[in-house]
Amino acid sequence: MIRHDFSGLWVYLSASPLLGLTLTLIAYLGAWQLHRRTGGHPLVNPVLIAVLVLVGVLWATDTPYETYFDGAQFVHFLLGPATVALAIPLYGQIQRLRAMAIPLGITLLCGAATAIVVAWGAGAVLGASEASLISLAPKSVTTPIAMAVAEALGGLPSLTAALVIMTGIFGAMVAQGLFRLLGTRDPAVQGFAMGLAAHGIGTARAFQISAETGAFAALAMATNGLLTALLTPWLLPWLSRWFA
Amino acid sequence: MLNAITLLLVFQLAGEVIARGLGIPLPGPVLGMALLFVALILRGGPGKNLQATANGLLGHLSLLFVPAGAGIMLHADRLASEWQALLAALVISTLAALAVSALVLTVILRRRGSGS
Repeated sequence: MIRHDFSGLWVYLSASPLLGLTLTLIAYLGAWQLHRRTGGHPLVNPVLIAVLVLVGVLWATDTPYETYFDGAQFVHFLLGPATVALAIPLYGQIQRLRAMAIPLGITLLCGAATAIVVAWGAGAVLGASEASLISLAPKSVTTPIAMAVAEALGGLPSLTAALVIMTGIFGAMVAQGLFRLLGTRDPAVQGFAMGLAAHGIGTARAFQISAETGAFAALAMATNGLLTALLTPWLLPWLSRWFA
Repeated sequence: MLNAITLLLVFQLAGEVIARGLGIPLPGPVLGMALLFVALILRGGPGKNLQATANGLLGHLSLLFVPAGAGIMLHADRLASEWQALLAALVISTLAALAVSALVLTVILRRRGSGS
């Protein structure tokens, strides 16, 4: 009888958006606590931990991703307004942006091209399929742009979304270690590199370092989004010829 | 706060409409951010409300990537057969992009600093 009630409750809850939404917040808050308790260590990335926990729970309970997303979409939706809101910290750095426009533009071009060409080249040499390579090429930019680019060029948009998130997590985890190695101390340079290579997750990480780092990351993320959308279709024929 | 959220959504919607209407290959929110940035320049900065709401939204920006991140489970098959190539390409290219942009920007800023 109790067993029957429980399964009835499970059937009810698993069909309602409440469960997916609550689970997302609990997984994230738990991951965030862990992140704080380790003193904000970059390797204890809250997105990575929350995703691993969620995938584990969904797999264990045999819940399809679509059912989960019915609830989680409310969180996902906020990405739109949050992206728009990035204009505000960006505006906070307007004096420095004006002064640094040309250096930032040159850096952007070099960094964006590096991200696309190296991703494609390394993937091709290691034997990834063409559809995977197209899905991989725009992985340094924010999810909606990367997915649109991949779809337009014949890649797999949802694979791109997964690769974009993995890139962001990886970039956020290793950036500070790499900067220490290279002797990069300027917060503007650190932020710009993080936003360029690791989009929103790199930007979220940059905001944890300082508001200035975050603002430059937001700028790099936005401008690299525009540039990669323009650059990838143009580079693609060259890439498939070079690495055929 | 309600004003600020509405404003953000209005700019997102405007970005969406312009992108679709003119066939610009950019997501609406990114265009919306550009429009809001221009509006802030014209108006001379955000009000207190907008500033506070933006801080709230951006304070936990990482949370917003979690639902899309869990979508990786949809690609278990492809990842199982190609994961070494994809992971290696991802790691190498992300490190390369970080290093190239940090070094290029540092070198240009240093030259400029010593030149002026």
